[in-house]
Amino acid sequence: MQIRSTEKFCELQTRQNGRLDMGKSHVYKRDNINTDEIIPARYLNMDAEEELARHCMEDIDTEFVAKVAAGDFIVAGEDFGCGSSREHAVWAIRGAKVAAVIAGSFARIFYRNAINCGFLVVELPGAVQKISNGDELEIDARGGKLKNVTRKEVYEFTPLPDFALEIIEAGGLLKKIAE
Amino acid sequence: MAMTITEKILAVHSGNESVKAGQLINADIDVVMCHDVTTPAAISMLAERGLDRVFDSEKIVVTPDHFQPAKDIKSAELHKRLDDWCKKHKIKHYYPLGKAGVCHALLPEQGHVRPGEVIVGGDSHTCTYGAFGAFSTGVGSTDLAAAIATGQLWFRVPSSIKFELSGKLSPAVYSKDIVLEVIRRIGTDGARYMAMEFAGDGLADLSMEARMTITNMAIEAGGKNGIMAVDEVTRAYLAEHLKDKADFTVYESDADAEYVRCEEIDCAALEPMVAFPHLPSNGKAISEAAGLAMDQSYIGSCTNGRIEDLRIAAEILKGRQVAIRTIVVPATPEIWKQAMDEKLFDVFYDAGCVVSAPTCGACLGGFMGILAAGEKCVSTTNRNFVGRMGSPKSEVYLASPATAAASAVEGKLTDPRKYL
Repeated sequence: MQIRSTEKFCELQTRQNGRLDMGKSHVYKRDNINTDEIIPARYLNMDAEEELARHCMEDIDTEFVAKVAAGDFIVAGEDFGCGSSREHAVWAIRGAKVAAVIAGSFARIFYRNAINCGFLVVELPGAVQKISNGDELEIDARGGKLKNVTRKEVYEFTPLPDFALEIIEAGGLLKKIAE
Repeated sequence: MAMTITEKILAVHSGNESVKAGQLINADIDVVMCHDVTTPAAISMLAERGLDRVFDSEKIVVTPDHFQPAKDIKSAELHKRLDDWCKKHKIKHYYPLGKAGVCHALLPEQGHVRPGEVIVGGDSHTCTYGAFGAFSTGVGSTDLAAAIATGQLWFRVPSSIKFELSGKLSPAVYSKDIVLEVIRRIGTDGARYMAMEFAGDGLADLSMEARMTITNMAIEAGGKNGIMAVDEVTRAYLAEHLKDKADFTVYESDADAEYVRCEEIDCAALEPMVAFPHLPSNGKAISEAAGLAMDQSYIGSCTNGRIEDLRIAAEILKGRQVAIRTIVVPATPEIWKQAMDEKLFDVFYDAGCVVSAPTCGACLGGFMGILAAGEKCVSTTNRNFVGRMGSPKSEVYLASPATAAASAVEGKLTDPRKYL
């Protein structure tokens, strides 16, 4: 599964940016970025993805929504997504057309929610040291390889277990159950 | 094979003789807890995929609690979607306004939590029910939808950390102080993906209310679940609260079960604790924290909104005046009634506090006590992340009901031992 070059994201990128060379990194050199920062509770009175996306990362970076482009990546330190079980955090990020989150580690419920939503999460130790703001990335999710196009480096990571990749490739847990 | 309580429960619920940490299993679910923030989305997801069904209308417990009563039009619409769905599927245990309470206080109180069960809820603090020897964990809306429709979920069997509690708490030190010390020690991801098993003599003296405060905050150390063995205190609580189905199965960890880490906590040595912004792991002893000026005190939530908590706060507030805004939120209607019958509301009124209806309210920055930029709140809740109770420029200090009440009286972080 090549994330940056999937048809879905290429199509999104083409449509939204008129170019295919996106897939830029937005790096947050911080641990414990929590669900309250990703999507504050003042927006939990709604659950439509496009509405949540307008407030994605609002309490950590008020500029994020303006600067993110389809197919971009969020890169962060340890324990990304800690806190609430609100899947709204994944929906907000997915709604902002982010292709994947790459972090040193993930909080359990966020990680699980992402897989269940068919959204790619990559656990890469030292991610914030390896990737700088604006670096272009390509991810081979099954092969466990992350290419930093800007730095011309390749990092290996432990791929998600097959069953999790199958859920992501099916487009989420419920699609898999419906099948 | 030697197993922990968590492993034993997951083995039985997945049809295995034994399971070990790391193993992927599909487990049967005994209870699914639903509330107003995460369930409406789950219902919509099911409907969109032609899966609009419930696996068992008697095993789903619904309590709209976060924005109760509805705080605005959008939350009213969430409640309406939930209400329509409960009626359509004849959900037996539906607690609408008047019956609704903060989920993790309500479910045990209304007899929906039994030892040995697997319980999931669309809320991260679902780990609370582990105080009763159940495996209980929080999930997102997709998992919730899958559990509602199929009665099963996939799990990775967690490894376990053991916390051995010894000694008796000093006066004015409570289980909230124990759990803040645990999180301070291991950090907000110290138990990531793991079961946090609490054991030892130090537990024996704690009421079920006090124990629930500890398991409630397992998620704040990244835990998948918190769990405690069943004892006489558990049995007495269950005898009083279980209604239609009073039988349950008790599991205990084997003496040679495997733990990835063991931590010893000497309860007798603990001081009242305050977790400083913006992480629950930023705990400090009150002796290092006292004196910092506060703007608000909040006494409530699934962590500390139970009758015992309100009694502790009232003991300090009786005959005194609060110096800052103080909001008391009984977690369920029964707790509210009990507090009224015990004349605690008189104490709160006389002291200058306001008492609200049961709700999660301001704990998560919903409503009913939101903070302005620059304000500080001492709170009996569970999270002090940036913006948790309002403005991203406000600050939350987590503490016990005693510390929150003493701090309300002085308008600054205050050691409750001087009042008790």
